[in-house]
Amino acid sequence: MLAKKIGIIVNPVAGIGGRVGLKGSDGEAILAKALELGAKPECPNKAVVAISQFKDFTTEPLEIYTYPKEMGEDEVRAAGLEPIVIGEIDSGHTTPEDTIRAAKEIFDIGVDLILFAGGDGTARNILDAVGEKTAVLGIPAGCKIHSAVYAINPKTAGKLVMEFLEGKVQDVKEAEVMDIDEDAFREGILRARLYGYMRVPNEKRMVQNLKSGRGYGEEAALDLVARYIAFNLEKDVLYIMGTGSTVRGVMNKLELPNTLLGVDLVYNNEVLANDVNETEILSYLEKYDSARIIITVIGGQGYLFGRGNQQLSPKVIRKVGLDNIRIIATKNKMFSLFAQPLLVDTGDEKLNEELSGYARVTVGYGESVMFKVHS
Amino acid sequence: MSKPYVRTNFHEARWDEPMIYELSTPGTRGILVPEVEDEIVEAVGDVAAALPDSVKRSAPLLLPEVDQKHVLAHYIHLTQEAMGSNLSNDLSEGTCTMKYNPRLSEAMALNPNFAEVHPEQPDSTIQGTLELFYKFEQIMKEVSGMDRFSFQPGGGNHAVYCGASVMRAYHASRKDDKRDTIITTIFSHPCDAAAPNTAGYKVVTLYPDEKGIPDYEALKKAVDEIGDHLAGIFMTNPEDIGIYNPNIDKFVEKVHSVGGLVYYDQANANAFLGVVRAREAGVDMCHFNVHKTFGTPHGGEGPANGALGVREFLTKFLPLPTIEFDGDKYYRDYDRPESFGKLREYIGTAGVIMRAYSWAMMHGAEGLRMCANISVLNNNYLEKKLLSIKGLGEAFLGNGITRQEQCRYSWEELKKDTGIGTDDINKRINDYGIPWYWASHHPWVIPEPMTLEPCETYSKCDLEEYFMTLKVVADEAYENPEVVLSAPHKSASHDLANPEDLDDPAKWAITWRAFLKKHGDKYLKVK
Repeated sequence: MLAKKIGIIVNPVAGIGGRVGLKGSDGEAILAKALELGAKPECPNKAVVAISQFKDFTTEPLEIYTYPKEMGEDEVRAAGLEPIVIGEIDSGHTTPEDTIRAAKEIFDIGVDLILFAGGDGTARNILDAVGEKTAVLGIPAGCKIHSAVYAINPKTAGKLVMEFLEGKVQDVKEAEVMDIDEDAFREGILRARLYGYMRVPNEKRMVQNLKSGRGYGEEAALDLVARYIAFNLEKDVLYIMGTGSTVRGVMNKLELPNTLLGVDLVYNNEVLANDVNETEILSYLEKYDSARIIITVIGGQGYLFGRGNQQLSPKVIRKVGLDNIRIIATKNKMFSLFAQPLLVDTGDEKLNEELSGYARVTVGYGESVMFKVHS
Repeated sequence: MSKPYVRTNFHEARWDEPMIYELSTPGTRGILVPEVEDEIVEAVGDVAAALPDSVKRSAPLLLPEVDQKHVLAHYIHLTQEAMGSNLSNDLSEGTCTMKYNPRLSEAMALNPNFAEVHPEQPDSTIQGTLELFYKFEQIMKEVSGMDRFSFQPGGGNHAVYCGASVMRAYHASRKDDKRDTIITTIFSHPCDAAAPNTAGYKVVTLYPDEKGIPDYEALKKAVDEIGDHLAGIFMTNPEDIGIYNPNIDKFVEKVHSVGGLVYYDQANANAFLGVVRAREAGVDMCHFNVHKTFGTPHGGEGPANGALGVREFLTKFLPLPTIEFDGDKYYRDYDRPESFGKLREYIGTAGVIMRAYSWAMMHGAEGLRMCANISVLNNNYLEKKLLSIKGLGEAFLGNGITRQEQCRYSWEELKKDTGIGTDDINKRINDYGIPWYWASHHPWVIPEPMTLEPCETYSKCDLEEYFMTLKVVADEAYENPEVVLSAPHKSASHDLANPEDLDDPAKWAITWRAFLKKHGDKYLKVK
């Protein structure tokens, strides 16, 4: 019988700044300050809770690959399991580079999934190392979790991985990894951009939220929206295609090259330019009379503008016209936001006000929902 | 009143029953059909010769060969492995109105004088059946205030589809062809979006406001935006969460202001039968699920009937035929040039109409109103009991609005506390002899939902019993979670194999042929 292989990576210092009010742990100076303030690492305990769930996995042999000491070995042993330890670290002085190296080396072994414990920073490191090449799942242990690659809690993370290995959960979805500017966050400003996507097992009630039951699988839900938009593009209109995987779904349906994290311009089913900045968009807008912006809802917070699509500046939005914004999202995403408004943060208060109220979001083939928008 | 108790010693039958095809033994016969008499053969000739070769089977039909006794045993075994409203405490089917179906109505529907007539018979030979339809229509008109009814739709979704077809015919008759969009609300039954969508309409869905009432501001914005593209609105009231929309008059006015029509989904009318009428709400069309509110059995794909009522100006668009009375004879009227056409063969599910007529006549006008009053009272009594259970909440809890005939509860708190959610609770209650409850339509908008509807036929004892059982299970979730997570322990069957496959149109299959098309390569290789 073939063994199931799982990789485990723990960022031992993730979340250490939270309890002592530092809102994050990125950077050596902050880490030192956190320790000075008496912060105790909580991430390892959370990892142990998750890993303990594997003790019941008896259907097939399970091989657990991990990095030495506090980066996984200690946690796996504390959970009462025997790890296969690879790599080397300078214990007590681990860095993001260790996380990246660990993810690369564990990926090369050919594991079924990499389970990591940390926060947004850790997710970005894992993404840098393995991208969308393998399934991953986060054990939420950071101060800020704006990325959507985490289970709802450590115990559920362990359970979900088990169900994934047992084949009970087979669906995998792309989930956002966000990049939050920690220095700004400490000043009370949430500045975020979409950093990329990773692939996580899709069991809706275990990942991210409790608000959805059986619906479409993510792929099928995206297909319905993408088809509808792609089949109904108007002629002689400049389409400003925003960031994110939902808009990419439309571009893929049109069989056009596109930028996941950037803005692309489309006219009469042809790409005029990929990954354009604000200035470039404005110069194209000079040349075309009629334009539409197609955007999706970014991240678990429900932002339309101001997170991950800053290219779509107030100038761009005004030039295109507020009536010419088309918002698209999968049904699953909109239901997960139930009772929570969509948000706009364009940097222009007056524009934010004008965008507030209600917006229509296309969520399927000929299907849309009216959603509240707040600034 | 009997004493409520929790059935801790329950066990469902488990027969390990094979498929009927696996019981097949070549040569076994259930019935030996007598040879056709010579006289008949002579008169009729070779019947098969009339069929073209293209429709004749080249090989005999593959049917299971089983004798009568084993066929009977097989199906009794299967029924014993199921639960249902006549067998156990089934107040759990919120939105579905599961109530006791009086035996008298069954006897009426099964009477051979009624059950064995054929719809192809001439009107003159089925006067009783036509009279039944005509008279039940008069009752429905009185209950709703609508001017005409059609009993053609074979269920609620079908009625909504029928309503969307009437709506389209109405706009088309006015040469108003650009109306391509309808509005609905998120807590309306999903068919209020799906059926008009199937009829070709785009759908815009409204969310509720903070109190759980359909958001009137969102409606205004949507209607203004859609303008003269709006065909109408399809909405349920009270909605699936048991909250009545007090702004219905404003909704009707706004939709009418741009030329749209208003369709009222009253599938489940148990909260207001004999209390309020669709006409007074100002709507143009409504439907009742006769198989729910009017005490006839349903579930398991029927039998059902979705009675569609319309106002005078829409009657000419109703499907063919209508049942008319000329003062002397009842007859089927096919001469209706502006009808949108036929919805099905014949006149509708007659057995359901018979049961419903019988039920309505047994109750009388005052009785109908009493059913609604008791249903609402039952629901509010049960709600107060249940909300004392640790871990259980409710959609829009504490909004100050009295619930109607049902509530949408939420196990969100329990899930956060224990990791045990509504699906787990739902399996565990089977171990106490209570069937699967209705969680919610999908996708869940309220986290970890549970929707209960204690109709008028449930006693105080039934309500107490249900509360006690749920309390036992919720306590188990905190004290002994494993026993809940591994449930059911005393049921005929356990878990679905691959529940995710139900979410994926590329994987699901509702026929064997579709299954082979989608999965054939994978499964046919398995020995």
